[in-house]
Amino acid sequence: MATFNVHVIIENKPGISDPEGETILNDLVLKGTHKTVSKIKAAKMLKFTIREKDKDAAQSKVQDICDDLRIYNPMVSKVTIQVFEE
Amino acid sequence: MKVAVIVFPGSNCDRDMYHVLTDVFDLDAQYFWHEKGLPKNIDAVILPGGFSYGDRLRAGVIAAHSPIIKDVQKMSEKGIPVLGVCNGFQILVESGLLPGVLLKNESLNFMCEWTDLVVENNKTPFTNQFKKNEKIPIPIANGEGRYFADDDTLKHLKKNNQIVFRYGNSVNGSSNQIAGVCNEDGNVVGMMPHPERAVESEINPKDSKPSSLIFESLLTEMGVGN
Repeated sequence: MATFNVHVIIENKPGISDPEGETILNDLVLKGTHKTVSKIKAAKMLKFTIREKDKDAAQSKVQDICDDLRIYNPMVSKVTIQVFEE
Repeated sequence: MKVAVIVFPGSNCDRDMYHVLTDVFDLDAQYFWHEKGLPKNIDAVILPGGFSYGDRLRAGVIAAHSPIIKDVQKMSEKGIPVLGVCNGFQILVESGLLPGVLLKNESLNFMCEWTDLVVENNKTPFTNQFKKNEKIPIPIANGEGRYFADDDTLKHLKKNNQIVFRYGNSVNGSSNQIAGVCNEDGNVVGMMPHPERAVESEINPKDSKPSSLIFESLLTEMGVGN
């Protein structure tokens, strides 16, 4: 068994408005000199620390937890799971 | 007739609801802590407003895993009337008892104001005393009140007459201005506005009668005269 850090990033699916990201883009970033930015999406990140036998097991366990406990709402959100060795 | 008022950690409209049920409508109401079960002699269940678990992760999602929700589900399957108000609506949605989801308001602001609701479905246990399209002046108080459902779900809701209340105008960016929905059987209703804050003329500067009809509908459903 090894310890892994797993990042779970929850963001709105395309087509679901993201007023927080739009406000940061339009009312902060684009009002400055940073004109090359075209999009900002606000997201929530949860960092799990988990002991599993390997990276794949850590990924699949966290995915199961997210699905089982509705950590994200599949109607409006998508989830990205990234696994890092400690 | 006994009405269960379910209390979650962070519920804060449970006492208002209990007061209205008992003092205004003379009903037998009882609080039930979310970790316990519901007895079999319950005739209606109300999930009150508030901020269960401080809205952590997403409003209602943690409370949706409370042990009592399994009993609420069983009762809903038996046809017992269930009403979720504000956070109660969010909990019903997150537990899968009602369709759709409640997102942060389009403005990202916590909104606390009077709105006009329009009754779309007057066949539920909480709306049977209304005329269709009747208006209800009623307050909202929420940060995550923007009802969203995907196109297929919206079509299904319209086809099955599951849209119970709409806002009279665009309030928070909700899909189709939806303020409340019911399940397919019509006995489980969720709504973002707060009827328990609107049934007494002392605290209602507009008209308290329409909101009263929500509770009078329940009395009628149960065959209790008021």
